[in-house]
Amino acid sequence: MSRDLEQYLRGDVKSTPFCPGCGHGILMNQILRAIDETGLSMEKMLFVSGIGCAAWIPSPHFNADTLHTLHGRAVAFATGAKMFNPELKVVVISGDGDLASIGGNHLIHAARRDIDLTVICANNMIYGMTGGQVASTTPLGALSATTAEGNLYRPFDLCKLVQGAGGTFVARYSVTQTALLKEAIKKALFMNHFTFIDVLSPCPTQYGRRNRYDSPAAMLKTLMEACITSEEAESLGPEGIEGKIVTGEFNNGRT
Amino acid sequence: MSFREIGSLLPAGSYYFSGNEAATEGALAAGCRYYAGYPITPSSEIMERIAVRLKEVGGVFMQMEDEIASICSVIGAAWAGAKAMTATSGPGFSLMQEAIGYGAFTETPLVIVDVQRAGPCTGQATRVGSGDHMQAKWGSHGDYQVIELSPWSVQEMYDLTVDAFNLAEQCRVPVFVMGEEAVGHLRERMDVRPKLRVFDRMKKKGAPPFGTDDEDGVPPMPSFGEGEKLLVTGSTHNEMGIRKTDDPVAHEKLVSRINRKILNRREQIIRAESYHLEDAKCVVVAYGFTARSALYAVNKLRREGRSIGLLRLKTIWPFPDFLFRELGKTAGKIFVPEMNRGQVAGEIMKYADCDVLPYIQTNGEIIDPNTIINEVKGIM
Repeated sequence: MSRDLEQYLRGDVKSTPFCPGCGHGILMNQILRAIDETGLSMEKMLFVSGIGCAAWIPSPHFNADTLHTLHGRAVAFATGAKMFNPELKVVVISGDGDLASIGGNHLIHAARRDIDLTVICANNMIYGMTGGQVASTTPLGALSATTAEGNLYRPFDLCKLVQGAGGTFVARYSVTQTALLKEAIKKALFMNHFTFIDVLSPCPTQYGRRNRYDSPAAMLKTLMEACITSEEAESLGPEGIEGKIVTGEFNNGRT
Repeated sequence: MSFREIGSLLPAGSYYFSGNEAATEGALAAGCRYYAGYPITPSSEIMERIAVRLKEVGGVFMQMEDEIASICSVIGAAWAGAKAMTATSGPGFSLMQEAIGYGAFTETPLVIVDVQRAGPCTGQATRVGSGDHMQAKWGSHGDYQVIELSPWSVQEMYDLTVDAFNLAEQCRVPVFVMGEEAVGHLRERMDVRPKLRVFDRMKKKGAPPFGTDDEDGVPPMPSFGEGEKLLVTGSTHNEMGIRKTDDPVAHEKLVSRINRKILNRREQIIRAESYHLEDAKCVVVAYGFTARSALYAVNKLRREGRSIGLLRLKTIWPFPDFLFRELGKTAGKIFVPEMNRGQVAGEIMKYADCDVLPYIQTNGEIIDPNTIINEVKGIM
């Protein structure tokens, strides 16, 4: 993390707990950079997270109010805090297992209610902290601690899920698309509606090793090549996007 | 301390309320300004009334997607500064258990009204039961303490809900008002007094929010947005909230304190009423709706010349162990009628050095006073 962002970090917390090659550090950087560029005061921000690696992005690192909750329940806790004190700028940062599997019900209902929450999903497509079990976001056929012969089930498209539930602003970017990611976070923070960003963040330790990536760099490179913008996807057509990840902003008809 | 006297929200006077309506008004009078819940029989009238009433007093009402979301949003609102509550019944109370442990471990003041129905499982949703007392104490994993109050009347659905909010704030702990269907749906006269005492959350800028010098202390509690840069976590934490996930000293210290702060205050917390205990050779111990039948039975038996008395518990947890250590010395027999399989009788047996005779009834009906009279005659 660059020095100019140190003011946003707790003074007594000097290192992150993330594995070498984890994408969560890049995401942490982009969140803080977005806050820095928008001039938001950390004094009025509340960061809510669930359980898992991604939940440790804000807690204890961010120099603001942080609420590290139960597995899957971050959005429900955040709803209570925001509804009682609308002055708080409430941001939920958690993982795909937390937000979309065990917490999937809270996610879709918060989107339906269109409560002013920004939910950032650090999506590493695996249960990282518990040892690499298959997730509801793991690609079809991928190997995991519980799918030795490949994942049998299709993953969620989290953006479509949240869009379907009524989320006002929905976006997907990978941590390899830092500038676009940062701009999306900035936009989401000021929508005053339910906003959701699906952030693809590689897990070399639990996902990469099992799925034959030689190094964290190789995993990042593959992710970078797979990600295409929604404009590119449109010109390539349905067949051309086979194996690609479509990124961009899907604003559900509202701006 | 931070008790202050305030005027009651409703005009002073008599009201003809149901127990569920009374609990709602007690909550609002005590300062509850956030409610989140999910429909469930026989507690839903609380949610329906508070949805309207919170609007009138500038509070916030949320109907959530399930009971887990309800209790979690209550905790979120509590940390945002609210006196907050939910109400439910058995199945919903089961779903809330993990978050109740979170509330106890993060020392979050909150109130749950559990209008108990006949369990287990879906059981008989519209019929009375009183089987959630052990769950109230032991429902979440690990060692922690909570406070449970047991109202026997519509008046106490009001009064004990006020007390529940005060105790929650004083001790920073989840407090349960364990009503029963019979009292939730009972309609009878109750009085609203012109003034009541409420406890305001202790605040001290910069003070550690999760530790005190006393091993049974209750730390002050800041809210989000006050510039304290709070770290709230359900993992083991030090006095500033920093996670200590493998430090044996930090874990022992925190787990001990959240237990001691309640157990060492139990004489302050515990409420009970006694009737004719001075010369009683046989003592009926009852709580909740069953205590109404028990009082009728005891009065009738005394008129027949029997040396019998009644101890009515208004607090189930922390358990009033000291009352039973004493009672065991004077009473020959303790008779405990309950609408469960002997949950409180089993606790009494731990402390009372005399015969403890449970009477269990789990048929979805209240215990008839004549049943108590006949049973007592059989053992005296």
